[in-house]
Amino acid sequence: MTVPPDYGQADQAQAAAEPRPDSPVPDASGHFGRFGGRLSPEALMSALDELTAEYAAAKADPAFQAELTALLRGYAGRPTLLTEVPRFAAHAGGGRVFLKREDLCHTGSHKINNVLGQALLTKRLGKRRIIAETGAGQHGVATATAAALLGLDCTVYMGEEDTARQALNVARMRMLGAEVVPVTIGSRTLKDAMNEAFRNWVSTVDYTHYCIGSVGGPHPFPLLVRDFQRVIGIEAREQIMQAAGRLPDAVLACVGGGSNAIGVFHAFIPDTRVALIGCEAGGDGHQAGRNAATLTFGSTGVLHGMRTYLLQDADGQTLQTHSISAGLDYPGVGPEHAWLKDTGRASYRAITDAQAMDAFLLLCRTEGIIPAIESAHALAGALQVGSELGPDSVLLVNLSGRGDKDVDIAAKWFGL
Amino acid sequence: MSSSQVSTAFERAAAQDRAALVGYVPAGFPSVAGSIEAALAMAEGGADVIEIGLPYSDPLIDGPVIQEAVRRALVGGTRVADVLHTVAAVAAAGVPTLIMTYWNPVDQHGVARFAADLARAGGSGLITPDLTPEEAGPWLTAAAEHRLDRVFLVAPSSSDERIELITSVCGGFVYAASLMGITGARESVSSQAGALVSRVKEHTKLPVAVGLGVSTGAQAAQVAGFADGVIVGSAFVQRLLSADSPRAGLAAVRELAAELADGVRASR
Repeated sequence: MTVPPDYGQADQAQAAAEPRPDSPVPDASGHFGRFGGRLSPEALMSALDELTAEYAAAKADPAFQAELTALLRGYAGRPTLLTEVPRFAAHAGGGRVFLKREDLCHTGSHKINNVLGQALLTKRLGKRRIIAETGAGQHGVATATAAALLGLDCTVYMGEEDTARQALNVARMRMLGAEVVPVTIGSRTLKDAMNEAFRNWVSTVDYTHYCIGSVGGPHPFPLLVRDFQRVIGIEAREQIMQAAGRLPDAVLACVGGGSNAIGVFHAFIPDTRVALIGCEAGGDGHQAGRNAATLTFGSTGVLHGMRTYLLQDADGQTLQTHSISAGLDYPGVGPEHAWLKDTGRASYRAITDAQAMDAFLLLCRTEGIIPAIESAHALAGALQVGSELGPDSVLLVNLSGRGDKDVDIAAKWFGL
Repeated sequence: MSSSQVSTAFERAAAQDRAALVGYVPAGFPSVAGSIEAALAMAEGGADVIEIGLPYSDPLIDGPVIQEAVRRALVGGTRVADVLHTVAAVAAAGVPTLIMTYWNPVDQHGVARFAADLARAGGSGLITPDLTPEEAGPWLTAAAEHRLDRVFLVAPSSSDERIELITSVCGGFVYAASLMGITGARESVSSQAGALVSRVKEHTKLPVAVGLGVSTGAQAAQVAGFADGVIVGSAFVQRLLSADSPRAGLAAVRELAAELADGVRASR
């Protein structure tokens, strides 16, 4: 196990040493190559402009950055650990595997990194209410938590199917004082929760900030969520250099919308010998409607204010998706991932429900760590990639969340 | 660019010293044939322009009534080809007809191909509620080639700079969202609507039509007092949803159109 460096010192040291991205993406209008942008109802354009300007000001404001850093360190629990998992690695080709422990963040996942940033922005914008969409409930819980901490009203939109399969997180949000609105239209999952959050935002935008939980949506959301999650990769790069004495051969993360993956990938983008591998929800098959592997099976289009890869039919209708993990059950993906795929800088593979659940149980039994089912997709990817690369390999896996919320689903799956 | 059928309809209404009435129904609801009949019933009742909605899986700015109608249209198997067929049938009856559509179906069809198909069907143009002028380049080019109207939305939150940008790319009319919110009937006309229309008129000579929340003849009359057009959607769709039979639905649509048509004539 590696003891991470002090957060503040590490941040300063890395500011000088940190590699620069290959290209200055996104551009001023939020385009990552041909992806991203802002295709939004006009009613939201002024709020998006205001948010863009306020975020730029906050980014340049040392007081804002200091407040966020203090919250990440003193409240969220950063820096998170880097844990080597040799008994798990024995099943992954015999090389070394390191987990970035975002599961140890307060509220149980990486989602808190972004939410604390956006909650502080909400205060800066002079707004008193924050809303969010949530799939697995981790972003909803993080948003409800930040709202309680900072004294904001909070409403979370969650598909009815997800409120059923993630009931524990619904109870947590309500405990924290948030209103949870089950969404009963469409597929009743994350996509429809996002639709409903947008509808509410249009009507309440003068006093409400919409805290999008992933690196998707209209500009500036993919940019600002990426920036708030970059801390994962910045810490992990430093930690693995200390622990392994070199850069990893591959960095793996699960991808639904893609925020934890962008977070861990971003600091490694200039390290072109490091493979960046996103693990999508392969569900129970490649047939349309049976998975949520957008980059693996999808085509380009427009959804939720951005141009990106989508799972859609020939008429541009969004397809139903399936994944055992509510947090990956989304038919789109953040535009920066679409760009990383097209440029070849990152690759993406589909992990089936069964492969993810096998990896889930393996980590439980070999290392005493219960991962979120979302994160188990990245673990399953590590089992594959480790076997491909062999015993000399070093892998970094982002363990984006913990699995407490998933024990019911897992118990049913394994018949425990 | 020659005047489109929609422009002509607004000019005719203005010559009669009244506002134009624009009615909306999604294609494929309650069926493809039923949506054509509903559109024609609106026209018979007095609607000057028809918006045919292109049913889309993720209608971000629509309220529960239109969401439900669109859901039924999609469950019923409505395809883009059916939407173009609906436009052709309504336009063939001499009614100026636009498609109201979220952007992704047009994007997937191919923007140039969609414009060509729409023009061939006799449609006058597109209303695009989630397309910003900044992202509209290919559509503006295709619309110019096929002489189609480009109806973008302005909202009460739009800055003067944005109103200038939006009106500079609009054709046919400008769609003013009366309030900050989603489609659906409201108790009263938003107090923001009049001010928005005044602001828009400082930037363009195009007609300005007001939509969102208008459902009665009295509200139509109120809006017609300051706008060049009154757009009604959810109220028509609600009539069809509530009807005991298709025939009763069409009668209710025709009756509402007549009430609204009286409204747009009552105020001046």
